Amino acid sequence: MSAGRRGKKPVRWHIAVFLAPAVLVYTAVMILPLFSTLQLSLYTAVDNVQTFVGLANFETLFGDPRWSESFWNALGNNFWFFFIHMLVQNPIGVLLAALLSSPSLRLKAFYRTAIFIPTILSFVIVGFAWKLILSPIWGVAPGILDAVGLKSLYQPWLGKEAYALTTLSLVSVWQFVGIPMMLIYAALLTIPDEIIEAAECDGITGMSQFWKIKLPLILPSIGIVSILTFVGNFNAFDLIYTSQGALAGPDYSTDILGTFLYRTFFGFQLQLGDPNMGAAIASAMFLIILAGVSIYLFGIQTRLRRYQF
Amino acid sequence: MNAARHSPARSIAAHAILATYTVIALFPVIVILINSFKTRKAIFGKPLELPSAETFSMIGYQTVLEQGDFFLYFQNSLIVTVVSLALVLLFGAMAAFALAEYRFKGNRLMGLYLALGIMIPIRLGTVAILQLMVASGLVNTLTALILVYTAQGLPLCIFILSEFMQTVSDDLKNAGRIDGLSEYRIFFRLVLPLVRPAMATVAVFTMIPIWNDLWFPLILAPAEETKTITLGAQVFIGQFVTNWNAVLSALSLSILPVLVLYLIFSRQLIRGITAGAVK
Repeated sequence: MSAGRRGKKPVRWHIAVFLAPAVLVYTAVMILPLFSTLQLSLYTAVDNVQTFVGLANFETLFGDPRWSESFWNALGNNFWFFFIHMLVQNPIGVLLAALLSSPSLRLKAFYRTAIFIPTILSFVIVGFAWKLILSPIWGVAPGILDAVGLKSLYQPWLGKEAYALTTLSLVSVWQFVGIPMMLIYAALLTIPDEIIEAAECDGITGMSQFWKIKLPLILPSIGIVSILTFVGNFNAFDLIYTSQGALAGPDYSTDILGTFLYRTFFGFQLQLGDPNMGAAIASAMFLIILAGVSIYLFGIQTRLRRYQF
Repeated sequence: MNAARHSPARSIAAHAILATYTVIALFPVIVILINSFKTRKAIFGKPLELPSAETFSMIGYQTVLEQGDFFLYFQNSLIVTVVSLALVLLFGAMAAFALAEYRFKGNRLMGLYLALGIMIPIRLGTVAILQLMVASGLVNTLTALILVYTAQGLPLCIFILSEFMQTVSDDLKNAGRIDGLSEYRIFFRLVLPLVRPAMATVAVFTMIPIWNDLWFPLILAPAEETKTITLGAQVFIGQFVTNWNAVLSALSLSILPVLVLYLIFSRQLIRGITAGAVK
């Protein structure tokens, strides 16, 4: 802010020097590839020559039964994946954060540290660990259910089409619950004590204090958590790939856009890789994420009331 | 007045919920760790018991260390993570400083441009990134990964650091200018040391996804000599899928370094996340 007041200097080269490395790397490795991917989706390879075909790849992707079935399946699964996160991960995150933020609670640091541990682990570890635990061969999951008398509930969840996607979504929730917990915990800590004390003077305590006073104040953070979840979910790949492989079995029931993109772009088993169709899928994902982010930025964020303390 | 806040029933309920969730969070990790030290028979017979004198076995770790080149993978991961992190922090802090400190034409636009990458994942550009790396001969090099991760980490880093840099006092910088310090010295000597706590937070946020990433190593550097530990573990486990000792040991070996680092730095991490909060 001070720069303006310092008066006008000739050419301030240092600004360019400060900006150049970041802008160069970012533009060359991120922005340009992003745009050339969008561009590639409008071409197709005819005898190894890139030919412009307009939106034909997208017509194939959305309309041609060989492609569209996989695409809509992956998109639908992806929405279900996101839905489970919103429904389970974020409420649990808010609950844990609310409990952690109560001022007299002991062992706070221990709980925080422990609950955040899954978040730092890689998908490879998480995917395989849960695959082993839920596996009927090992029998940890059926053993535990047996101990509480619910053995009849056990199913090889990851192997059944009806349950596999939900199970994986819950595994992902297990892994990432630490993020909403931490962000909302941080937001709850910013609420000034005076507001809480004023509420208590008015006799608003406990649950109603949370719903009436704290929740409205942390809504912007919940909004940020939701959009982060959305972007993360529509970009997910690793967990499905490590636990179910690139074919996202059983019978593509856990296929999401990330795994679909990978198979299309790289090819898998008998299917040959197709960069142009891969680019078309990536562009579709780009548009979905862009739409989600825009809805958040212009539709939701501007309507959330922010309070300045 | 504080009776409601401190009532024992409420605090017992809070502890019950938090403790239950802690068990859920830690249980899979602990099951993997304890079973990696057991014989094959005990893994299946008594999966929930600690290894005892009879059931203790290191056979899994032996297999892993003989068969997989985990030291190389670990070294690759370390190089990629440390170099990318250093570049993200240096370039990011410089750009953040330029955006926060100077008023120039296109400042806001540049800020928006650099912030795009927070919301749009770099993965969507993979098709063209691979072509770029093929064209420049960087496929199967750690450089390719470092470049991608640097670009990936920059947007969030710039965004967070420029917020923090705006809080550095103008008087201090102007005092430096009066003493004849160049803008570069002001940045490196005065501003950087002051935003170190924020840099630590950014470092953790940047580091975890780089260390754990599977997508780019799989696509850009799948060769044996450039495998990162995440990809190495994935491939190894895929090959040894029926050798439970080896799989559990490989998982434990990939969990331990991250876990130890996290436990050492968790205070900084949590303080960092809640930094804006505890004013």
